[in-house]
Amino acid sequence: MPPGFGDGAGGDGSADGEPALSRKDFQSDQDVRWCPGCGDYAILSAVQRLLPELDAEKAEHVFVSGIGCAGRFPYYVDAYGMHTIHGRAPAIATGLKASRPELKVWVVTGDGDALSIGGNHLIHALRRNVDLQILLFNNEIYGLTKGQYSPTSERGKVTKSSPYGSIDAPFNPVRVALGADASFVARTMDRDPQHMKAVMEQSYDHSGAAFVEIYQNCNIFNDGAFFEFTEKETKPERALFLEDGRPMTFAEGAKGLRLDGLGLEVVDLENDRWSVADCLTHDASDEMLAELLGRIFWDDPDVNGDDQKLPRPFGVIYQTERPTYGDLLHTQIEGITEKKGTGDLDALLREGDTWTVGG
Amino acid sequence: MSQTDPQARSPNGPTDTEALPEATVLFAGDSGDGMQLTGSQFTLATAHAQSDLATLPDYPAEIRAPAGTTYGISGFQVHFGSGNVRTPGDAVDLLVAMNPAAVKVHLSRVERGGTVLINTDAFNDRGFKLADLDADPREDGTLEGYHVVEVELSKLTRKALSGTELSTQEMDRSKNMFALGLALWLFSRPTAPALEWIGEKFADKPEVREANRHVLKKGYHYGETTEQFATRYDVAPADLEAGTYRTIRGAEALALGLVAASDRSGLDLFYGSYPITPASDILHELSRHKNFGVMTFQAEDEIAAAGSALGASFGGQLGVCATSGPGLALKTETIGLATMTELPMVILDVQRGGPSTGLPTKTEQGDLFQALYGRNGDAPLPVIAPDGPADCFRAAYEACRLACTYMTPVILLADVYLANGSEPWKLPKAADLPPFEVDFATAPNANGHAGDGSNSDAHVNGKKNGEAAFLPYRRSGETLARPWARPGTPGLEHRVGGLEKEAETGDVSYDPANHQHMTDVRAAKIQRVTRDLETPEPYGGGAENADEGDLLVTAWGSTRGAVETAVDRLRGRGLAVSSLHLRHLWPLPPGLADVFARFERHLVPEQNNGQLARLLRDEFLLDFRPFGKVQGQPFTSGEIVEKAEAMIS
Ligand code: SF4
Repeated sequence: MPPGFGDGAGGDGSADGEPALSRKDFQSDQDVRWCPGCGDYAILSAVQRLLPELDAEKAEHVFVSGIGCAGRFPYYVDAYGMHTIHGRAPAIATGLKASRPELKVWVVTGDGDALSIGGNHLIHALRRNVDLQILLFNNEIYGLTKGQYSPTSERGKVTKSSPYGSIDAPFNPVRVALGADASFVARTMDRDPQHMKAVMEQSYDHSGAAFVEIYQNCNIFNDGAFFEFTEKETKPERALFLEDGRPMTFAEGAKGLRLDGLGLEVVDLENDRWSVADCLTHDASDEMLAELLGRIFWDDPDVNGDDQKLPRPFGVIYQTERPTYGDLLHTQIEGITEKKGTGDLDALLREGDTWTVGG
Repeated sequence: MSQTDPQARSPNGPTDTEALPEATVLFAGDSGDGMQLTGSQFTLATAHAQSDLATLPDYPAEIRAPAGTTYGISGFQVHFGSGNVRTPGDAVDLLVAMNPAAVKVHLSRVERGGTVLINTDAFNDRGFKLADLDADPREDGTLEGYHVVEVELSKLTRKALSGTELSTQEMDRSKNMFALGLALWLFSRPTAPALEWIGEKFADKPEVREANRHVLKKGYHYGETTEQFATRYDVAPADLEAGTYRTIRGAEALALGLVAASDRSGLDLFYGSYPITPASDILHELSRHKNFGVMTFQAEDEIAAAGSALGASFGGQLGVCATSGPGLALKTETIGLATMTELPMVILDVQRGGPSTGLPTKTEQGDLFQALYGRNGDAPLPVIAPDGPADCFRAAYEACRLACTYMTPVILLADVYLANGSEPWKLPKAADLPPFEVDFATAPNANGHAGDGSNSDAHVNGKKNGEAAFLPYRRSGETLARPWARPGTPGLEHRVGGLEKEAETGDVSYDPANHQHMTDVRAAKIQRVTRDLETPEPYGGGAENADEGDLLVTAWGSTRGAVETAVDRLRGRGLAVSSLHLRHLWPLPPGLADVFARFERHLVPEQNNGQLARLLRDEFLLDFRPFGKVQGQPFTSGEIVEKAEAMIS
């Protein structure tokens, strides 16, 4: 690993005097072709701002994507990249990362790509704990195919393919990831570049499969899907920003979340009944807490009582350490090699019963 | 090798020994009877006796079908001889039938006058009922015209083990050893290899080890003492080329070929695989060889198996996957991506009966079209087919070499018969394998503009004119392959993907002329593979003027043995028939038009409904007559002889 590149764009350069990389170094020469106003731009920009700050060389980063608007992402980042086929990015990235563990492999995917056609690969990459950063751009719609409901679209959604309303129940991506035993599960939003960058950085630092759901506005086919959480009028009331060790408060401190039996309850911190001390404190390593937070979803009557809407959590919901697939794979290979010695091809071919003819 | 040599029999023994040029033995019984093991041990002994040989295991589709039923019959056929043995044998000389169902299933394969050795202990009403027989085949005329040898295998085995602590059930498990011993005696094969194998196999279970050895010897001695055999046989050693040999199954040979390719190229082997019959044996074999740096990845599905292999290839490793027909269908899209991204990738297809789930344990060559054409768009790729179990090694090695040299996916078509069949393999030396060097790109290959006029003022990868740049689609003039740049190499950062690529820069391009150009150049690149191929020579059984005649039988894959044996027989009858074997199905080797032109007629036997015949008609506009067999069993040479004779008489 080369010495660090300083701790920010325009930082002071590495030990050998080469200038530190900047955001520009990660911009390819390709014109970015997303629709003007698309949330993807902000995500791209956050990644390009983050990369120079990370402890890897430019050439060590690989972006692997599937199909959909998000799939174009690798073309715009000047690093190694592979724009693959629909849904398969986690599988392809698994082969790449497992066989080249020193690389930093990012998967860029969308709600249709990761949760519909590629659902199987996503859950298996998570359960195997392949050391990937998986960025799922969730816009709750099929954008590239011009607006059909997606596996995260809410029930009743009217789209080109559901003129009378979709009858499908949506996936909650965070719970899919938790269900697949992901070792890192986070949620962030395109409209909050600082938060997005901070969460991405945590996902990079995490050893193992890091799943990051990014609420992304598709202003063409599903404009405003997340405005409730992202726009300043409603964001304070509707978004809960999690920080490890900090109490779960929102609405500028006016409200908090407390445990009520086995469920969650919003409490008013401005009357005298409840105080911050009554609120839950976030602990990303707590699996049960992650379950509770993960269940906060627009359409879940079990969690969202009739008269109260729980705020949607953002930040690192769950994180745990467990061996990565690559570590296990290579430790096994090394162990066997140590025991049996480095393979000798001639000896292998002559294994078992041989006999000699003539001379 | 062995301490006791039961072969040291009295020269005045009761039986005569007759020398045979060749013989075929078929062991058949319940899956639980250990027939595969018995067959393998007979094969091993035969190999030690230096016969040439070919084997055909025949597994039931059911894992453990009810005992005694016809659908539970597991068979193992071995053909051995002092001459060149190329097939597992058209007609069986000795059928060892452990129960009535085995007779019912396999009697049709036995030569009239051939020997049928039956385990009489299973020939009872229960056995007939299980086999769905109305009567005892010994009494209803079924076995008329065969030399029937009745042996009480179970009783004799129990008797042999009477002094031991073993339970009756445990004793009965050894009865296949009795049959093996008897078969070894009958064909004058050595017992030492099997005795030694038993010693190793049951090293931890001395009782079982001694029981099996004892029963095997008893079986051998039984041959000496019983008066049921007027003659015993011997097959002289074959005139094999000098060298060190082992018997090898095709599946093992494929795995070893991959390990060899990894070893010689210096690339780590990444093997993505999803369990599927009959390709799983390759995964089993490879997962044993991790000390060669082999990474085996059991993927969540066929698609991920292919995807992970391609991901590894992008990373600069040797990405390989194996499957069978249904799995190849699922890998199609990934293979298309490998074609577009121009990355090396090897796909082994162990063909089985199709379509759909088809006949998972039976052999067929039905995937030729799928391999050649089964992708969207124009996406040619090299297709190679080994012609025998041992050739699987060379073909797997070659597939890897072609993939890396031409930056392309390569499909290797094996089949159930090749994968499960075995034959003697003259072991190559690692140092004698064809050189396999991989040149990764390490430095920029352009200076800021593409240089072909198409993009002369473009800033390539952000580089201005004159600044060093890397063009991921700038091709080698020789092979037309694009450079392979491993991620991690500074200065060569680039992007690949499934969208059409602009020539040289590899940028996404929707330009009509560029798509035409790239489609053409991808096809031209695959054609360059012919540089590495030689024109195959017709086989005429040693006849002069084998390269011309009345009929040319053109074949591919596992049918080679049956076809060449048929040619021997046809030439023996004075007919001007030759055969041509194609190991490369795409691109076809150079010079074929001239070869074909020297024959009047053309016959193409294959285990499908005429796929190669259609390809050849298309390429050469000649009347290639298809001869298809899709019965889950390989061709016999007799079938080909008959067809060929009908065509020219
Ligand atoms: S369709 Fe939607 S998601 Fe796609 S680029 Fe346009 S705005 Fe973005």
